Amino acid sequence: MKRHLISAADLSRDDALLILDTADELAKISERSIKKLPTLRGRTVVNLFFEDSTRTRISFEAAAKRLSADVINFSAKGSSVSKGESLKDTALTLEAMGADAVVIRHGASGAPHRLATWVRGSVVNAGDGTHEHPTQALLDAFTMRRRLGSLDGRKITIVGDVLHSRVARSNVLLLSTLGAEVTLVAPPTLFPVSVDSWPCQISYDLDAVLPKSDVVMMLRVQRERMNAAFFPTEREYSRRYGLDRDRVARMPDEAIVMHPGPMNRGMEIAAEVADSPRSTIVEQVANGVTTRMAVLYLLLGGADLGGEIQ
Amino acid sequence: MVFSLADAISHAQSSARAVLEGPDINRALIRISHEILERTKGAQDIVLLGIPTRGVHLAHRLAAHIRQFEGRSVPVGSLDVTMYRDDLRLRPARALGRTELPADGIDGKIVVLVDDVLYSGRTVRSALDALNDLGRPQAVQLAALVDRGHRELPIRPDYVGKNLPTSKSEIVKVYLEENDGRDAVLLLKEDEK
Repeated sequence: MKRHLISAADLSRDDALLILDTADELAKISERSIKKLPTLRGRTVVNLFFEDSTRTRISFEAAAKRLSADVINFSAKGSSVSKGESLKDTALTLEAMGADAVVIRHGASGAPHRLATWVRGSVVNAGDGTHEHPTQALLDAFTMRRRLGSLDGRKITIVGDVLHSRVARSNVLLLSTLGAEVTLVAPPTLFPVSVDSWPCQISYDLDAVLPKSDVVMMLRVQRERMNAAFFPTEREYSRRYGLDRDRVARMPDEAIVMHPGPMNRGMEIAAEVADSPRSTIVEQVANGVTTRMAVLYLLLGGADLGGEIQ
Repeated sequence: MVFSLADAISHAQSSARAVLEGPDINRALIRISHEILERTKGAQDIVLLGIPTRGVHLAHRLAAHIRQFEGRSVPVGSLDVTMYRDDLRLRPARALGRTELPADGIDGKIVVLVDDVLYSGRTVRSALDALNDLGRPQAVQLAALVDRGHRELPIRPDYVGKNLPTSKSEIVKVYLEENDGRDAVLLLKEDEK
């Protein structure tokens, strides 16, 4: 494995399977009464969050703590960032404090990539702008594998705001590495320009794709990133691309429904679908801790890979 | 140290010394099974925990022998110690083995740890730490197919298949049917690895 996890494309098939297999073993830890391993004792993980986040930050914090690492949480609010400190100066501060890993979420695509050139420790991308969110893709793949077995040849449909979604891009890259066939479904206005070069199919018609899907993953409509009118009304979006009871009935019996959260209930997913047994939304959160433990263990648990500051 | 079967056979044919062959291993395991029965008063309340990979196969074989002699099946599990090792930082992160405890757990039981080769004792130390997080056994005992000496910690086995005086430059390699297609314990010189 590489020293950093910045893009799902950094992972070879063997790397990805190693992470998922490791997570499979670590999943048992959360069923034990002592949910802690001594493996990363004495190592420091910094959570550097420039954007709001509930589950990802808590999940990384829980993962690091279960491996006995020391965790330092940093959020842009209430830090020197609000006084105008640059990312580089923040990075140098962390470097001086001796962080072994930096988990970063940033509103700008590419921020983790820049950070990796300034710090000695491992950089883990916890979401950068509209670019990537590789640990989300890993936990999604892990959840699918637990429900469905091997992902080879599985048909996975990702629906919604692909344009603003880092989850979609990371999932397409990772799932195609793992041998799944991914189809993206969205209104034409919510596809990025470069989508033709992604290793997946695209479609504008959700109802045509549903009967052939093993997994349907709904994406959140990211109103906060929308600076133009991408669809006429919420109601029209919900009618054509929302997952309601009737659409779920058209899916194969074994197919599962996923959502990376946070959900807009009633917009991209109906409340009764989100709460149904076919939905893995709560499982995804639990699996997030396990998968991130596997990532932190594989990046930090072994010998120092000898990173040099560039 | 990853060997293919072909390597093993070519080693065996050239200069590596086979210390134990299949029947020897079998006899050793039968004796250990009897010793376990004797020492634990009929193997009441015992749990055999193998350390992956080959310790798990050995634990299953011991359980099969005990079932044959006493007609009672003893619980068998596996205990991966990777996350508890003290040498993790010396090599790149490694893949984890499987940890599977019997349904009744290990609380109040006599746990017999089973490993193929006992050497520095560091694996056993890791196993004791791991057990600590999993429950509170009444007692912990240790069975090893081969004890090659050179302990670096105050740890001793309760049951030994064969005491094998070695030099530190030698390598002891255990092959088991379940994993490697045949049973043998080989002693290799450093330059043959």
